[in-house]
Amino acid sequence: MLAIENLNKSFGALRVTRDVSLSVSRGQCHAVIGPNGAGKTTLIHQISGVLRQDSGRVLLGERDVSHLSVWERAQAGLGRTFQITSVLPTFSVQENVATALQAKTGSSLRFFAPAADEAALNDRAQTILSRVGLADRTDLPAGNLSHGELRLLEIAIALAGSPKFLLLDEPMAGLGKTESMALIDLLNDLRADFPILLVEHDMDAVFQLADALSVLVDGEIIATGAPSEVRENPQARAAYLGDGA
Amino acid sequence: MDRGLVIGGVIFAFLLAMPVLLPIVGAEYLTGLLIKAMLLAIAAISLDLIIGHGGMVSLGHAAFIGVGAYTTAIGLQSGIEEIFVLLAITLGATGAIALVTGILALRTSGVYFLMITLAFGQMIYFTLTSLAAYGGDDGLTLWSLATLFGSDIVQDGRGLFFFVFAALLLTWIGVWRVSQSRFGRVLRAARDNPQRAEVMGYPVARYQLIAYVIAACIAGVSGLLLVQYAEFVSPSIAAWQRSGDLIVAIVLGGLGSRNGALLGAFFIVIMEEFLSSFLHEWRLIYGPLLVLLVLFAKGGLNDLLQPTSREAS
Ligand SMILES: Nc1ncnc2c1ncn2[C@@H]1O[C@H](COP(=O)(O)OP(=O)(O)OP(=O)(O)O)[C@@H](O)[C@H]1O
Ligand SMILES: [Mg+2]
Repeated sequence: MLAIENLNKSFGALRVTRDVSLSVSRGQCHAVIGPNGAGKTTLIHQISGVLRQDSGRVLLGERDVSHLSVWERAQAGLGRTFQITSVLPTFSVQENVATALQAKTGSSLRFFAPAADEAALNDRAQTILSRVGLADRTDLPAGNLSHGELRLLEIAIALAGSPKFLLLDEPMAGLGKTESMALIDLLNDLRADFPILLVEHDMDAVFQLADALSVLVDGEIIATGAPSEVRENPQARAAYLGDGA
Repeated sequence: MDRGLVIGGVIFAFLLAMPVLLPIVGAEYLTGLLIKAMLLAIAAISLDLIIGHGGMVSLGHAAFIGVGAYTTAIGLQSGIEEIFVLLAITLGATGAIALVTGILALRTSGVYFLMITLAFGQMIYFTLTSLAAYGGDDGLTLWSLATLFGSDIVQDGRGLFFFVFAALLLTWIGVWRVSQSRFGRVLRAARDNPQRAEVMGYPVARYQLIAYVIAACIAGVSGLLLVQYAEFVSPSIAAWQRSGDLIVAIVLGGLGSRNGALLGAFFIVIMEEFLSSFLHEWRLIYGPLLVLLVLFAKGGLNDLLQPTSREAS
């Protein structure tokens, strides 16, 4: 579904992505782990188009999206969340989701009819909010949500774009124990519908969710495979997993 | 009940009654002041589309008033008198200039956008001062004005008042509708978080450009009407200080709100008139008053009348 081929990226002398290739097939959750500064976020930025790769290709299905802009990739079906939550703070929770839906439902070059009155968008937004567990937050300005709720809202926004593929950058970051467990359940549920590339530090989450695991160190994938295999890989253990994992 | 709509409705009803009320109380001379305030309000509402709803702080908006005014003046000088023909030419000219400058300006954002719109505005200003055939620095007095279907009804007094009133009403309704439409929603999303809007699948710069052109065209119309009112045009109407006045009006009134730009514009014109009538150094009061309003009424005058209005924006 998603394939990355020989991706390279440098910031000046710093090579943050070195010849990275990986592929994620339909129905799969592929986790990328690695220490701070390994280049995980930079990788997601390149897949979603926020940053342009120096060389290599990104394929979504059969389509080469490497040279498309951010919005074109979104329209092509790449949905993503950010490590630092990114929503529309002055919009209500529902309007955040409705705005994402609107991008995929008819033209946005309509200048007169009030968008907030579009029942079709609002109803679908409500369905998605129920799915992520924010149904009772509908009318609140997004800026008033708690950190955990914002992470859920961002997932709802990503889902509203009817993505073919989801890129999640540390969705568990900053969540408490119960919030994490709820989010793991949600992601487990989403996995059936959306192939996911998951960047995550939370090892419990990774081992519960991932079908495949890649370890990224200094911009390079040093091990990749089924989680149970990678777990036993001595290089990966030394570089990142430590003995506790 | 939509409180913003009611407040706006009251303001417009009040305005509409003025041509009848003013002669009764012997204050017909205030008609001109009201026309001036309405013209400022038209320009301020249009600027609020890009600043309040779009988050693009332009310091060159008055230049489009200048473009509209000069297009009209030049049209009149060349014998075009029908107001809707002048309107079409004005919209074409301001729209075209806004399109070109907007494409360039929107490659930047934030302070850089402010600087580049200031630069374009000053370029337009200096171009106007160099139009020797049309009065250069000194400006140009117009000996013939626009007609409505051949009639001189829109040339002064009540006729002009109602024409400007209609333009203001259309602007007030139109800009609000646009801001709440699908298009406006994308524009507001881009103000809140441009990257998020982009990742949702919106080519943000295109929406911003369209808003920029719409706002410029409306400012151009206020320029046309300004010529008709003042029977005179000079480059000073395009100076960057005029753009600053417009920003003050919308910040004072409440950014991105239903009636903010309208209230702010009227407030400024009325304050200037009253303060300057009994105090020569009226700016000594005006300045601190602005500071107080901005500090203690964050949502501006609109928020004082309609405390929940920010939810809608
Ligand atoms: N725009 C940039 N310019 C220069 N260097 C950058 C830029 N963005 C990231 N870097 C550097 O690239 C490296 C990889 O950063 P990245 O954010 O991708 O790491 P990460 O794996 O996501 O880390 P974390 O786990 O802390 O989120 C870091 O050393 C970072 O300092
Ligand atoms: Mg990161």
